[in-house]
Amino acid sequence: MLDTLFPHGIAPYAGGGLLIGAGVALLFVATGRVGGMSTVFSAVWSFVSGATHFRQRRYVDSRLWRCVLAAGLVVGAALWTYAGGHPMPVTTVPTLHLVVGGFLAGFGARMANGCTSGHGICGLASRQASSLAAVVVFMATAMATANLVAALR
Amino acid sequence: MTPQGISPLGWVAVLVSGILFGAGLAASRMVEPEVVLAFLRFQDFGLLFVMGAAALVAGIAYALAPRLLAKPPFGARFDVHPSRFDRPTLVGAAIFGIGWGLAGVCPGPAIAGLGAGNLPLLGSLAGMLAGAYVQGRWFGGDDPSSAAAVPVAR
Repeated sequence: MLDTLFPHGIAPYAGGGLLIGAGVALLFVATGRVGGMSTVFSAVWSFVSGATHFRQRRYVDSRLWRCVLAAGLVVGAALWTYAGGHPMPVTTVPTLHLVVGGFLAGFGARMANGCTSGHGICGLASRQASSLAAVVVFMATAMATANLVAALR
Repeated sequence: MTPQGISPLGWVAVLVSGILFGAGLAASRMVEPEVVLAFLRFQDFGLLFVMGAAALVAGIAYALAPRLLAKPPFGARFDVHPSRFDRPTLVGAAIFGIGWGLAGVCPGPAIAGLGAGNLPLLGSLAGMLAGAYVQGRWFGGDDPSSAAAVPVAR
């Protein structure tokens, strides 16, 4: 039963989750900031766009720390992969799926004001009912989409 | 304090936070779309433990820090995740899920994947930047806080 549900065990998943949680916790305790990752995709546009939406203080005033946090993500993943000696396979998901899926994920996350980390980690961690609703909704549509795509291929 | 209300040591803390976050995304294999898609296709439920463990640790910090500290040591105040129970949140979450289920990539792993050498994820990263632009430029105008505008040159 457990082997069927968790063919790779739970240690790498729980361990990775603890590291992610430690990062989110450190950010909050040290600086008071709540760090979901999707906001950086809107905040970086405030560097170049004059559109009203991107001129909001919540983007302009947070864009620098969000960029530093994002740079940390790249460094942390590189350290785990290369310094830690955990090479991983390059994805074979079709480019069209990656790009179109990325577009919809970016659009939807900004519309919902949060993604897997913003609602799924930060929102649930602060016990917000709206984030729980968002998690239930995006899990449902993601599972439906992934199964549909697998069935059609 | 720098203009963004974070002291110099705070910037180090932000970077270290990102490094922990990114290492966790790689360690949990969230940066591999195949692993995410296997979860979404009910083949491996391990990813529940990624979100669960991360939310648990973050939840303890969110609950305790504001009670134990008057303010964060390197910042001005403790923020709250701005979540609203409204239509855009639910519709946006539904659209986000469709994209996540198609690509197997969400915003954090799209960024961290570059560090892990999963370079095809650049396609998702570009898609997310475009999606965030289209959303903000043409669909973001009704945001209640958009009145607090800041000119481009600052």
